[in-house]
Amino acid sequence: MRKLLLQSLLRLPLTVSAPPPSEQALAELAAQVERAARRRLGRSLSIREVDAGSCNGCELEIHALNNVFYDLERFGFHFVASPRHADVLLVTGPVTANMKEGLERTYHATPDPKWVVAVGDCGRDGGVFAGGYACVGGVSAVIPVDLHIAGCPPNPMQLLAGLLALLQVA
Amino acid sequence: MTTKIEPIGKSSVLWDVLKTGQAIVRHHPWPRAIINPEAWYDLIQALAGGSLILLGLWGETDTVHLALYEEAGSTLGVASLPCLDGRFPSVGRRHSPAQRLERAIADLVGLQATDPPDLRPWLDHGRWPVAHPLGAARHPPRTLPPYAFLPAEGESLHQIPVGPVHAGIIEPGHFRFTANGEAVVRLEERLGYVHKGIEALLAGAPPERAARLVGRVSGDSTVAYGLAFARAVEAATETAIPERAHWLRALMAELERLANHCGDIGAICNDAAFALMLAHCGVLREKVLRASAACFGHRLMMDGIVPGGVAADLAAEGEKTLRELVAEFRRQFPPLVELYDNTASLQDRTVKTGFVRPALIKQFGCGGVIGRAGGRAFDARRQPGYPPYDRLEFEVPVLTDSDVNARVWLRVREVEQSLTLVEQILNRLPAGPVHADLNRLEQAGEGMALVEGFRGDVLVWLRLNADGTVARCHPRDPSWFQWPLLEAAIENNIVADFPLCNKSFNCSYSGHDL
Repeated sequence: MRKLLLQSLLRLPLTVSAPPPSEQALAELAAQVERAARRRLGRSLSIREVDAGSCNGCELEIHALNNVFYDLERFGFHFVASPRHADVLLVTGPVTANMKEGLERTYHATPDPKWVVAVGDCGRDGGVFAGGYACVGGVSAVIPVDLHIAGCPPNPMQLLAGLLALLQVA
Repeated sequence: MTTKIEPIGKSSVLWDVLKTGQAIVRHHPWPRAIINPEAWYDLIQALAGGSLILLGLWGETDTVHLALYEEAGSTLGVASLPCLDGRFPSVGRRHSPAQRLERAIADLVGLQATDPPDLRPWLDHGRWPVAHPLGAARHPPRTLPPYAFLPAEGESLHQIPVGPVHAGIIEPGHFRFTANGEAVVRLEERLGYVHKGIEALLAGAPPERAARLVGRVSGDSTVAYGLAFARAVEAATETAIPERAHWLRALMAELERLANHCGDIGAICNDAAFALMLAHCGVLREKVLRASAACFGHRLMMDGIVPGGVAADLAAEGEKTLRELVAEFRRQFPPLVELYDNTASLQDRTVKTGFVRPALIKQFGCGGVIGRAGGRAFDARRQPGYPPYDRLEFEVPVLTDSDVNARVWLRVREVEQSLTLVEQILNRLPAGPVHADLNRLEQAGEGMALVEGFRGDVLVWLRLNADGTVARCHPRDPSWFQWPLLEAAIENNIVADFPLCNKSFNCSYSGHDL
């Protein structure tokens, strides 16, 4: 183990430099975020991830945000275990009928001010699963959404660009 | 149109029963027969006696289908029973692996098992706008009573409800623990939260849309599902695909296995608070995903496999990228294995934790890492097998300890096997086209495929209409026969070891809930 640790100390970090905040995301966010929130939260945001029916593809890429290449924590973001500790809900999936209440209750358990980021094409409008009996179809059909990050699934750079935009206005 | 089923070679319990029925000619590559209730009972008897393995159980408007595997002789087949009065004799009463499948049939199709051991709904939480969405007639939604968990009685027992929203970046499901102090007395799972109604969406879909849907049944196994669906469509249309496509599909499948096994090994160690392994395994996983994106245009290779072949050929620099990836693994992976092997505090958490009795594994026909770490040497790449694996050299590692530690080691061994497979494929990749047009159907055709994903054997069964659209498609995730064993694995372990057990299983919620 010592050898591994030493190697990690001596080698250059693998972490990639940050992408510019997504222009599209900035435009979507500009209208919605208050200045007061920034004063209260500083530049550190806690994220609670909620899977509302995804195929787990988005979860894999959200996981990747924590690996050493993307290292989301260097920007002040960190994932938390409870909505009570969260500022941001990162919601994936077409919102199944069976998860609708779970999502609503998670939203209401999250203290204000809060932001909701819908991740993936399913999160926008149900994606390939839209139109069935079992999906409500899009996160915004259930709770107010501040930002959409498109993709099936969005890759970690796209996720990072979207979240950095949130940080800039938040 | 009907013909007789002729068993090849030795006597087979399965085919002896199937040939009493009415065989469906346009069902490939394994036989399907419509059988009578007596034959159905014979099959239940054989399942309960252990001579047959349950591969799947699903319903259509007026029929239930039972997919079976017979290890002796490695034969597969589907038995179909017409349900005249909307009922069929319960398989779950004698053979518990069928119980949840029967509950799902009752929810989705409205066909009811006679005298079932468990009457509670499974996927239907009383929140759909319709009851029995795959059934013959549309029914108004059901109002269901609150879900009754199985009782666990005794002094000083307490319950711990967990989920559906979990405390990590994972899928939703509910776990109800009954604990005596720290020790888990009973775990009961309640799933269905991510039910997306995929089977209903598949009905009537053209093959391209259907392939996209099946490729999203469980995102981490998108290659395996894409492969199983494509092979089932090709079986139904009796289409032969170019040789190069077979090899590229296997290449994608092995990359998917590498990425997921790496992620799992790291995540299991992380659940024992050993974050160093997660960080290093995360680097390897990310490198596989980047190589996959460079070779096939998508990090998870979604929609890379299509009916008829693959969507695109290997990128120009693909071979070089993958050879570098394999070399990188050969440098970086062994020190991590050594680290795992030499860290006593980590092994203290994994050895003897989450033990599953091999008899249960056999009974449930549990595949994948969990099965092979518990002595069940089943790998769909070998048996029934599919190209190009019949021309590749690889081992199917099997361990017998059946604990979290064995499941880590099995993944380690499979990573090594996948590396040699990637190399062999690169060395021998045939030239030529990568896609063929599907044969046109003159009338409805049926096909099925069994494919080894990283999690276990993925089954896809389908019937195509004469115009090529999907009439009915049933994808069955390996998790159906793994989730119930998690309940057994955690018994008498401490609550704090549940994340370890759960991660070492890594069942799919989405694949199961469908």
